[in-house]
Amino acid sequence: MNGPPHLWLIPLLPLAGFLLNGILGARLPRWLVTTIGLLAPLGALAVVLNATAVAASHPGITVCKGCTYPQGSFYLPNVETCPHAWIALPGLHVDFTFVLDQLSLVMLLVVTGVGFLIHVYSVGYMRDDPGYARYFSYLNLFLFFMTTLVLAGNVLVMFVGWEGVGLASYLLIGFWFQKPSAAAAGKKAFIVNRIGDFGFLIGIFLLLANFGTLTFSEIANKLAASPIWSSGVLTAICLCLLAGAAGKSAQLPLYVWLPDAMEGPTPVSALIHAATMVTAGVYMIARTHFLFDRAPIALGTVAIVGAATAIFAATIALAQNDIKRVLAYSTISQLGYMFLACGVAAYSAAIFHLVTHAFFKALLFLAAGSVIHAMGGEQDMRKMGGLRKKLPVTFWTMTVAVFTIAGFWPLAAFYSKDAILYAAFVHGVGGKFLWFVGLVTAMLTALYMFRLWYMTFFGELRTADAHPHESPWSMRAPLIVLALLSICGGWIGIERFSSYLAPAVGLHPAVSSFPHLELILGIVAVLVALEGFLIADKYYRRKTERPAQLAAAMPAEYKLLANKYYVDEFYDARLVKPLFWFSQFVLGWVVDFAILGGIAWLLAGIANLSGAILQRWQSGNLRSYAAWLALGAAALLLFVLLGHHFAEPPRIMVNLVRGH
Amino acid sequence: MHLILFFLFAGFCLAGAINLLWQTHPINSALSLIVVMTSLAVLYLLLGAEFLAIAQIIVYAGAVMVLFTFVVMLLNAGREERTLGSRAAARVGFPAVVVLLAVLATIILRAQGLASAHLGQGLTSDPNSSNLVLLSQVLFHELLLPFELTSVLILIAILGAVAIARREGSEVGGSERTAEK
Amino acid sequence: MSFMQHDVPLTWYLLLSAVLFSLGVVGFLIKRNLITVFMSIELMLNAVNLSFVAFAYQWHAVKGQIFVFFVMMVAAAEAAVGLAIIIAVFRTRATLAVDRIDLMKL
Repeated sequence: MNGPPHLWLIPLLPLAGFLLNGILGARLPRWLVTTIGLLAPLGALAVVLNATAVAASHPGITVCKGCTYPQGSFYLPNVETCPHAWIALPGLHVDFTFVLDQLSLVMLLVVTGVGFLIHVYSVGYMRDDPGYARYFSYLNLFLFFMTTLVLAGNVLVMFVGWEGVGLASYLLIGFWFQKPSAAAAGKKAFIVNRIGDFGFLIGIFLLLANFGTLTFSEIANKLAASPIWSSGVLTAICLCLLAGAAGKSAQLPLYVWLPDAMEGPTPVSALIHAATMVTAGVYMIARTHFLFDRAPIALGTVAIVGAATAIFAATIALAQNDIKRVLAYSTISQLGYMFLACGVAAYSAAIFHLVTHAFFKALLFLAAGSVIHAMGGEQDMRKMGGLRKKLPVTFWTMTVAVFTIAGFWPLAAFYSKDAILYAAFVHGVGGKFLWFVGLVTAMLTALYMFRLWYMTFFGELRTADAHPHESPWSMRAPLIVLALLSICGGWIGIERFSSYLAPAVGLHPAVSSFPHLELILGIVAVLVALEGFLIADKYYRRKTERPAQLAAAMPAEYKLLANKYYVDEFYDARLVKPLFWFSQFVLGWVVDFAILGGIAWLLAGIANLSGAILQRWQSGNLRSYAAWLALGAAALLLFVLLGHHFAEPPRIMVNLVRGH
Repeated sequence: MHLILFFLFAGFCLAGAINLLWQTHPINSALSLIVVMTSLAVLYLLLGAEFLAIAQIIVYAGAVMVLFTFVVMLLNAGREERTLGSRAAARVGFPAVVVLLAVLATIILRAQGLASAHLGQGLTSDPNSSNLVLLSQVLFHELLLPFELTSVLILIAILGAVAIARREGSEVGGSERTAEK
Repeated sequence: MSFMQHDVPLTWYLLLSAVLFSLGVVGFLIKRNLITVFMSIELMLNAVNLSFVAFAYQWHAVKGQIFVFFVMMVAAAEAAVGLAIIIAVFRTRATLAVDRIDLMKL
């Protein structure tokens, strides 16, 4: 238990699972595919738990460099580097480095832990799917890339993981690729991500140009060593990194791919688009916090983007009828909260919310998947209802999740959301405005989540011919585990969490001169959530005809929300169509057909023409051949004879002509 | 003596060559060429190449020209006609050849150090060896390989000639059928 | 030296060879019958043979005569194959006029 943590095993086991299931999966029996698919995340989880145990067994979780440790153990941050450098050039040196510090340890626990639970869930959910082995291989591929991203010690290795999870997301969103909507959704996700990645790449270039290195620790050291970095440069770098994070974490304006990504299987939505991949942006900002700390403008932008996204997505979620779409917009909204936290330099609060969000959002998605499974694939909430008697385990676990996300005490999200709102409130004048936005969003969150809760589980079943049945145990067990985590996940408290994470993200305590401010703000948040609950109760349980009347009374506003503010249509008209026209007409016709085709046609024409001209020479006329032969022989003779003007003629000719 | 013989047989050569060009029927040309070959054989004798003279008569005049005559008679092509093409060729060809001849003559006449051919003097004055002995010494020692290869070449030529000129059954049947239509 | 013992300068042999060669070239260019053209080629070869023998005499080099020997052999082989081709051509084209045999494919 006390040996080195063997960090390289953590990505490698899922990679092995991916290769085995991907190459041999179709030929292996189902139980073997399941075993391989589950062993990979379980193995990674075991390594992570081992590392946690060793790291936690030292006195004081924070780093203590002066202490002596039992031989063979390690302390954080623990760096593992591959002996062969990846890039070894005069201007750029990049290694394959894995770093385990407090931040990456927390993320790894979430990724492998929740990941393992979702793998177990998938065994039951995807039982009847013909692409079973392919599904598990893609899930393991995702785990490989995600753990690489988390463990990365420099920006380039993180970028590898970054792109890789985008790829895995594409593969999994378009898992049922025969459906055109799924294939289109996969493409959309990848392309929108790519736009953000472009910003990320520019950020990497700027980092390299300004710091000469891409390793996080070295950049932090260089930054700390000299206080005279121009904030303009740092702001530029941070804004570029923010662009990448916004793409990956579905913030304004690059969020449009996440609702469409619900075309994938529900466990995929739970794992990738709720718990882990979309949080990579938040993780990246926390990882590079030393840059953002020195660029206040960029930090402010992060906060504004986060808050705007949070309220924007919450309003859209009010009018959605697909259960997974509501959860998707909820995810976007909660990610906005995390960005808001980063923006007010409360990185620990952001990570805290990341952890709790992973628990309850995964639970929400898995429970929704259970509902969909029970309803035989139906996802429209208007056709559900009254399911709480038929699906008891699902109902109770989903209730826990709904109350958690609303922010009720003493469930997990209360602590994390409260930490974020408190940090925003004490962050100056603008912070109070952000706090208010966050509060409104909390009310909306409670409202649309309870709306979902009521529409799905209460009332009468609105579809006559459905036979809902409870899910198998492989699907119920993860729900229960996640529910337990949602209940007690926040009890560690933000203070202890912050002090634990301090070596990695810095300590930015939110202090206020007003006593008990945190308590007051917490009570306000719970009251707001209660109000949302009561509104939902009125409109969706007691007077269920009122929502339709309201929608009829305000048709324009309702249509605006239901159609997601027409953002997709806007993008389509303003960005996609011109690009399409450009590719088709300018690149396709002008460049490809006219210029390149013209050049090819010209070359062919020259060849043809010269061929036609030279063809005349081969007339088949013997006499002309004879004549040309004679002419050639005469020319040769002439050349030999008169060649002495230019070169040395053969000695015999010289002797003959000159006469020796 | 040498001079007379030379002039006589050189004259025969030239006459035969000119006749070859003058005649319209190929058989006449073939016979003129035989005259040229034979005269050349005599000229070789005058230059001390006895073996070559005999080889010339046997191979060239006796085999090759007979082959030519045989083919002419087989194909029975008939006289040539004057056409536009042949007139144009004559107009271009004659001056070109005159130029060629002028160049060659210039080179030959400007050459110095050429000996005179003496009748009866061969390549060697050794009484024990003759032209034939010299020839065979070189041919069967140094140049044995080319000698053998030449025989292979002739074999290939025979095979080739047989393969090309032989009538193939389907071809004949096809051409006969089309001729009937 | 009297008229009877007069030696023939080799120059005359070479001139004769040149003239024969030129006559061969003329025939090659202007004759219309394919066989006659072929015969002109043979004439050219013979002219060159004469030239070789003359130079063999000049330098007492038997290699010149050996070259003539080989030329003769090759000419014989060439004549055989060439005439076979002419026969084949005549069989399909039914003409020996050089102008009319202008398609390479039979």
